[in-house]
Amino acid sequence: MNGNGNGRLIDLKNINKVYESGHVRVHALRDINLQISRGEFLTLVGPSGSGKSTLMNILGCLDTPSEGEYHLSGEEVGKLTIHQLASIRNRKIGFVFQNFNLLSYATAFENCEVPLIFGGVRKEERRLRITKYLSQVGLAERMDHLPTELSGGEMQRVAIARALVNHPDLILADEPTGNLDSNSGRGIIELFEQLNAEGVTVIMITHDSNVAANARRLIHIADGRITA
Amino acid sequence: MFFRLILREFKAQKMRMALTIGAVVWGTVSITLLLAFGEGLQRQMIKGTRGLGDHIVIMGGGQTGKPFAGLPQGRRIRLSMDDMQLLRDAFPELASVTAEYNTWAAALGYKKNAYSKLLSGVTPAFGDMRSHFPQAGGRFLNELDERYKRRVVFLGDKLALSVFGSSNPVGEVVTIDGKPFTVIGVMQKKQQNSMYSGPDNDKMTIPASTFQAMFGYRYVNRIIYKAQPGIETEKLEPRVTAFFAGKFRYDPQDERAIWFWDVGENERVMRMVFLGVNGFMFFIGAMTLLISGVGIANIMYVAVRERTREIGTKMALGGERKHIIIQFLVEALGIAFCGGALGILACFGIIKLLALLPPEAFSDMFGVPEITWLWTLLTVIILTLIGFFSGYFPARRAASVNPVEALRYE
Repeated sequence: MNGNGNGRLIDLKNINKVYESGHVRVHALRDINLQISRGEFLTLVGPSGSGKSTLMNILGCLDTPSEGEYHLSGEEVGKLTIHQLASIRNRKIGFVFQNFNLLSYATAFENCEVPLIFGGVRKEERRLRITKYLSQVGLAERMDHLPTELSGGEMQRVAIARALVNHPDLILADEPTGNLDSNSGRGIIELFEQLNAEGVTVIMITHDSNVAANARRLIHIADGRITA
Repeated sequence: MFFRLILREFKAQKMRMALTIGAVVWGTVSITLLLAFGEGLQRQMIKGTRGLGDHIVIMGGGQTGKPFAGLPQGRRIRLSMDDMQLLRDAFPELASVTAEYNTWAAALGYKKNAYSKLLSGVTPAFGDMRSHFPQAGGRFLNELDERYKRRVVFLGDKLALSVFGSSNPVGEVVTIDGKPFTVIGVMQKKQQNSMYSGPDNDKMTIPASTFQAMFGYRYVNRIIYKAQPGIETEKLEPRVTAFFAGKFRYDPQDERAIWFWDVGENERVMRMVFLGVNGFMFFIGAMTLLISGVGIANIMYVAVRERTREIGTKMALGGERKHIIIQFLVEALGIAFCGGALGILACFGIIKLLALLPPEAFSDMFGVPEITWLWTLLTVIILTLIGFFSGYFPARRAASVNPVEALRYE
């Protein structure tokens, strides 16, 4: 894991994002400046439509800013090709989604295999890594289960293991507890804290005021701006 | 995982999937069955041609086509036993040569019955060349029969059946033109499509020397030769014509002085015709398959729409265009090959069922349908192309989705 260094991981400078559809211009992000260091645990909160998902997409290299510069571990993301962006998502970023986004026809093991296959990791190495991370999230016994045979909390754990297998610099979690009961949700938050303690940088969007209240670094977004 | 993937698609689009696979099966069955029947028919026809003789050339004297050295046009050329020997000695390219006398004027008698059938007088080489293979317990004419002008006869199987019924004719004595002859063999049943003076199974054959002694013919009805392997018979014909030009005094270029019937050439022509027919059938079958490809493409377009979120997820995990495209391609190919495999299996089943029919009902006429490797390979190639193209366009659409929108897609 690369999170142990003290260096700057993310540097956003004057990021603006404008969506245009027909005559309508939506200014989703305005002049975002944000620096995140390796090993941080950052919590993003804000009402719906505030722009936090847009910010997440830009941080996750799924989208590019209309204006401004985004440096991810020193690389200027805005200048990269589609091919390079895919490679960055694969190697440097682990996504965790609100609705898990597991492949319904694939087992827990196979779901974790997907990013490794994209990254060209050999079969033997794939097996080792998946076994390691599924054990870490407490699912060693359920590797061969299909998502339909798992609970919500377990599915989210599979998704977290999938996010970890490529040893990313950064975990991006978009309301990871939004679809879970409070018990499972707490377990997931604890898992993130444990991972962060081991050095993984975590950025999480949440609506849960309890989670936000305990956040180490909390960022509020409203109307496309960082307000606090 | 791959099968679960296909299975999921099958569950999601049961009716459409069943119809599409059905269409691929139908297309494959039609293409494979048409070609299997074509192949069977071709083999049966070639077998029939070989019933007359395997790559033999039949020749005989004709009439001169042009005046030559003061001699008029239309002069009759007649070949004799001596000409057969001249030909054999002059052309080392020939593997075997024989000659045949014919008459309808010699009835076969047995007990109180008489049978008016074609009588042939031939040299021993005739047996192998003209596919007169003896049934077990008998033999064809040999050199000693020829040398000693023996009164022995070889019977066609149909003629033997009508004279002797089910009892064994070998060793029995019959009369030909009132003279006693011993039956030495009966021909094996054979498939014969090409013939002169009727099918061989209804003829009787005696040594040429015996025939000559009995009837005193000066001229043979035809000479038959078979070239050594690798010799092109069509190049031999003008040389044979020229060879006899000196003796019979006709223009060496005169193509009407001697006629040739190149049975091997018939077979070549037949192969070409069947290649054309099979090619046409393949085309029709391929068109049927092409339509099933539209069905596959349709399924894949629906699958792309239904799996938009999944595509977005894969892109978020670092999947590139090629990864997304390959998945849909593999799936489309999977559907095409599933249908194709079922179709080919169904054909094997149908052909097995046909084999249960009695031969008179089907296979004597149309041959045994046969699935050949070549045509199967071509069918698989067509299936691959169809699977590829019906998967490629939906896959390209899938790969061009915006990951942000795909992840938000409900």
